[in-house]
Amino acid sequence: MSAIETGSAAPITTQPGTRRKRRLRDRDGMLGSAMLLPAVAYLIFFVGYPLVLAIMYAFSNVTVGSSKFDFVGLQTFSTAIHDPNFPGVVAHTFIITGISQAIVIVLCTVLAFVLAADFHGKWFVRFLVLMPWTTPVALGAIIWLWMLDSIFTPFDWFAQHLGILGPGGHLNMLGHAGLATGSVIAVQAWRTLPLATVIVLAGLSSIPRDIEEQSEVDGAGFWRRLFGIQLPMLAPIILVALLFGIVFTFSDMAVVFILTGGGPGDATQVLASWAFYKGINGGNLSVGAADALFMFPVLLGLAAVVLTMASRRRGD
Amino acid sequence: MAIVEVRDLRKEFGGTTATDGINLTTRDGEYLVLLGPSGCGKTTLLRLLAGLEQPTEGDIVIGGQVVTNLPPRDRKIAMVFQSYALYPHKTVRQNIVFPLAAAHIPRPERAEKVSWAADILGIERLLDRKPRELSGGERQRVALARAMVREPQVFLFDEPLSNLDAKLRTSARDELKDFQQRVGITTVYVTHDQVEAMGLGDRIAVLNAGRIQQLGTPEEIYSDPANTFVATFVGAPPMNILRTGGQLLGFRPENLLPLEWSGKQDGQLVCRLEITRVENLGSDHYVYGTIPSLDPEAKVISKIPTTVPLVGTPNSSETYVVARDKLRYFDPETGERIPSTGAMVSP
Amino acid sequence: MAGGRQIRTIRGRISIYLLAFFFAVICGFPFLWATLTAFKQDPDLYSTGHNPFAFTMSPTLDNITTLFTNTPYLQFILNSVIIGLVATAITLVLSIPAAYALARLTGRWGIPVAIGIFVVYLVPPTLLFLPMSRIITVLGLQDSIWSLIVVYPGFTIPLSVWLLVGFFRSVPPDIEEQAQVDGYTRIGAMVRVVLPLITPGLFTVVVFSFTLTMQDFIYALAFVSSSSNMTISVGVPTNLVRGDVFFWQSLMASAIIVAVPIALVYNIFLRKFIQGFTLGAVKG
Repeated sequence: MSAIETGSAAPITTQPGTRRKRRLRDRDGMLGSAMLLPAVAYLIFFVGYPLVLAIMYAFSNVTVGSSKFDFVGLQTFSTAIHDPNFPGVVAHTFIITGISQAIVIVLCTVLAFVLAADFHGKWFVRFLVLMPWTTPVALGAIIWLWMLDSIFTPFDWFAQHLGILGPGGHLNMLGHAGLATGSVIAVQAWRTLPLATVIVLAGLSSIPRDIEEQSEVDGAGFWRRLFGIQLPMLAPIILVALLFGIVFTFSDMAVVFILTGGGPGDATQVLASWAFYKGINGGNLSVGAADALFMFPVLLGLAAVVLTMASRRRGD
Repeated sequence: MAIVEVRDLRKEFGGTTATDGINLTTRDGEYLVLLGPSGCGKTTLLRLLAGLEQPTEGDIVIGGQVVTNLPPRDRKIAMVFQSYALYPHKTVRQNIVFPLAAAHIPRPERAEKVSWAADILGIERLLDRKPRELSGGERQRVALARAMVREPQVFLFDEPLSNLDAKLRTSARDELKDFQQRVGITTVYVTHDQVEAMGLGDRIAVLNAGRIQQLGTPEEIYSDPANTFVATFVGAPPMNILRTGGQLLGFRPENLLPLEWSGKQDGQLVCRLEITRVENLGSDHYVYGTIPSLDPEAKVISKIPTTVPLVGTPNSSETYVVARDKLRYFDPETGERIPSTGAMVSP
Repeated sequence: MAGGRQIRTIRGRISIYLLAFFFAVICGFPFLWATLTAFKQDPDLYSTGHNPFAFTMSPTLDNITTLFTNTPYLQFILNSVIIGLVATAITLVLSIPAAYALARLTGRWGIPVAIGIFVVYLVPPTLLFLPMSRIITVLGLQDSIWSLIVVYPGFTIPLSVWLLVGFFRSVPPDIEEQAQVDGYTRIGAMVRVVLPLITPGLFTVVVFSFTLTMQDFIYALAFVSSSSNMTISVGVPTNLVRGDVFFWQSLMASAIIVAVPIALVYNIFLRKFIQGFTLGAVKG
């Protein structure tokens, strides 16, 4: 009957117990850190450090002209908040972001389903759908600026023929506070829709085929499958798309800057564009930084949502 | 050619121990199979031998040299993965040359070695193809050519037949064994398929829960299992194990035969088999039942070739016998084998 | 993406085509309008009362030629391309090792690092531009294209790392291990075997990183003042506007000329982008 065989007594060339270390390139843990380091260092210097500085500025009285730098506690924040326009600026930021992204979230899901199907001319449609995203923001805003021109906009012609306006009437989309805000909302929704759609498309393609087939076999009709199976499974991805869209809209200044200049009056100023006016045009770096910093809690909150989503995902 | 030796080898991942103090020595040029269920540590052991994992404790010695701290490329080994891991963007020739280029072998010598390896495996006409154009069997041969081209001390195989469909597996197995016997390089081969293990191995190391349960020739493992795990893992259907007389009694299904056919002889265990079901598998009948006199709860199988007339129908009871020298005894608590004591166990 | 689900019912097919048309219009109409504008002569364009989609005078290429001959537009394009290429090169050099480390070498502690890098992407330039302009001045890079080259990797690196992690994960690990057993170090295996296998992915990262640099408006606006150093994003809105006079046709042309090629390239690389994006997201 055979038993478990033990090792022979072959001579060992090194002492048992001494562990000659492998070189760095063979030690995975250390190699990993070394390979990560340059990118992380770059980000710390070019993102982390300015962020810290921004926070410091907001607590100081720094201006563009002088080189003085004293800490003034919450005084700068107080100045920023007490500006008469400030509450409006904050409100506009939330309204524009909220409404535009609410529109996007519905449209991007529909569009993702459309693009997931097969039809003639799909490549061309996809090309057109991508264009609002791929065009640099500033250029897209310029196109809209012309398209909404107070005199020459084609929408006047549409409105006249639909009877909304009298002959020779003008909508003047960018001249009235409400319409201007609506225009900014439209542009933001227009330019963030493609990215949101692509993200949801990615999610759609990752729903396992056999789950879909199972639901068909189980007898579920189109709407039941949509709302009972597909949308719930897509929910995390849609949330990711929403997150990206909110971040990009909330912190954007280019659209407002180019389309309305913040106007009419200050009716469409948002935090990012307001910070620019105060900080660069106005020369008051500390107030500008404080204004910009008000975006931070919202972004931080979104980051926290992302983190909880990520850790919950790891759990399943 | 070399001996592979492993001393007190332990590997922990996080909280779990994958291999637990393994000691093992191969023989020069042998085909050693590591056999066990998934999670038993056999693949971990293989990867430790390859240098793809670092042990928590213990040493690995290949060809007399302690390689524990050496990276894979310095161990003079070759490995074949389950997927064959052929580089998809390279031709067959470039795949085979790859290890030679890594070792900075001079170019003229490289071409020579590639021809040599291709010739032995009969793949000369495939040299300019890409892996995706090859069949499963051809891919295996390319993987083998690449493995042998650097003339390693040891071959390591990680379940290379698992991805092939059943029909291909037998011929591929045949080719593998033939190949190894021709080149004579020490081979360590991992599989969970005990039929494969029995067919290929010069010796088999059966592993479970990170430990070697038994190391021996296929015949030793089969006829003289060291414990109940080995006894029931190897062999299909598994060995019958019954609780009786304060011990565990085991015998293989093909040793449980109808008295009618076997005939009365000295040194037989005679019992009544209550038959519950009979399966006809073409080459064999499997007779399922119980032996209440020994262990009313144990389900027992008898395996009778269909060339022999079947005795017994469902819900009947027949006399079956087992030759005494085929009986094996195990400790009911540890499962370890107890040497035969000659204790009489009969109804 | 070419291909996709077959819609079998008539009702379904009609819905799809209607919806596709709807979205094509809302996304594409502004570009249609811009294209029409670009080819119109002044009197045709600046008149109301007639169908704005028709040409009352023959279309002209003059506006486009003016764009290239009378304005710094070509210089803007050149600047954007140089900045994009160099910034992307820097991005690749830093992102490839980092992504490989996160994909293969870091295990548990890599996850918070990966999340950290992703969160960096969410910190907007509109928050950082004020202190950043100070840093740029201190570094002596103000009003130079180098100011942008150096700052852009701050947001292209996170995106590139995310995508590259996804592409690295798409390579079966046993191919890399085979290369190590065959005689290479980890890095050697990465360079010789893995990178060639993800070449389409590398192209994708280059495309998306490059175009991301072209999106920026605020840094370019804040750091660069001379028109000879401006990028398209900033040069067009500020420089093609003389006082209060907008040369609309040239403006529209300048936007279309940039928008169309980028959209074409994106459309080609979309599938790859989705693959990298998805795989990079698994496991957070």
